[in-house]
Amino acid sequence: MDKDYEDIPGTFVFDADRSREGYHLNQFCISLGKQKGRDAYTADPEAHLAKFPMTEEQKQAVRDQDWNRMLELGGNIYYTAKLAAYHGINFQNLAGLMTGMGVEAYRDMMLHGGRPIEGNRYKKEWGEEE
Amino acid sequence: MARITAGVGCSHVPAIGVAMDTHITDQPYWQPVFAGFEKSREWMKENTPDVIFLVYNDHCTAFDASCIPTFALGCAAEFQPADEGWGPRPVPVVKNHQKLASHIAQSLILDEFDLTIMNEMDVDHGLTVPLSVMFGEHGPDDEWPSLVIPLAVNVVQYPAPTGNRCFNLGKAVRKAIESFDEDLNVMIFGTGGMSHQLQYKRAGLINPEWDKAFLDRLTADPVGLSKTPHVEYLREAGSEGVEMVMWHVMRGALNDEVKEVHRHYHVPASNTAVGHIILENV
Ligand SMILES: [Fe+2]
Repeated sequence: MDKDYEDIPGTFVFDADRSREGYHLNQFCISLGKQKGRDAYTADPEAHLAKFPMTEEQKQAVRDQDWNRMLELGGNIYYTAKLAAYHGINFQNLAGLMTGMGVEAYRDMMLHGGRPIEGNRYKKEWGEEE
Repeated sequence: MARITAGVGCSHVPAIGVAMDTHITDQPYWQPVFAGFEKSREWMKENTPDVIFLVYNDHCTAFDASCIPTFALGCAAEFQPADEGWGPRPVPVVKNHQKLASHIAQSLILDEFDLTIMNEMDVDHGLTVPLSVMFGEHGPDDEWPSLVIPLAVNVVQYPAPTGNRCFNLGKAVRKAIESFDEDLNVMIFGTGGMSHQLQYKRAGLINPEWDKAFLDRLTADPVGLSKTPHVEYLREAGSEGVEMVMWHVMRGALNDEVKEVHRHYHVPASNTAVGHIILENV
């Protein structure tokens, strides 16, 4: 199927293919949305992770808190944000980490109107392959 | 007869709820966000509806990845504010007009909108933040001034329903409401947006020109606007900006001719451009 949204830079569109790939990773993350899941993860992180049949790469990204890697492996931001919240990171600070800008510079960019659309529509504008 | 009197478009940024719940709305960062809702709260006081039909999306709270309904209508007697990872918001329980909700469910399905019916559901910030900004602060022991019928729309997994489908659903919602015997003032809320991207390296994208054109076209060209393809939202308004398809349900339920009585736009609230509009049927 032709995907007309694949040429947007710095963006993963969470479509059915990504959803399939990331299913167990996302279900792990969402388990932390409830106190029971948070308690289980705190008590024994590896035992809680083992309940979800993720790939070893996905598990390692969780252990490393590698937010971009999780997205590359099928994670979705609304799910990974639950893991971030578990670690005390809110949406804005998470964006600061994912963009590589750092929390301060990112917050400052948002206060000055955010990331402009000019130059950010197409991968070719970022010097990336389409 | 029940009738729809007005529509409200409104962002539902979670941080807005947090700012209200932690009483920091006077801080310089938040003050301009809330100033734009002062007129809205006055207007809500003067025009308090019996029922709000509230279109929003669940953010993996009631639905995780195991079940992803495109349209899910809340038919329970009440809905508890959900724990989204940091405890439930300290706001009132949301109470339904259950008879009207079940009437709408039946009418929509016979109109060929294949709904999911929710007889148990917690509601997240997508639903409670618009109530908070429009009604002002209400604690867990208070009551919301209106009953609320929630319609949860999938916008998390691509593809969300098309804008055209949402617009036509709005028309069918109107038909359902207008065929209900009780004399009720109903408002419809479309929530989410405006431009924002929460994820990966392009996070922080904001497109005020695009947002402004969207608000303008809600009155000037609603049908044309509802034909906006998904890729345009994703590219121009950010990957999470596609939430704005939900505004078309609201617009579709109103008259062709509407009067814009209020508008508010501010950047930023957290990662997001806050947009808000009030449209009255004329
Ligand atoms: Fe949302």
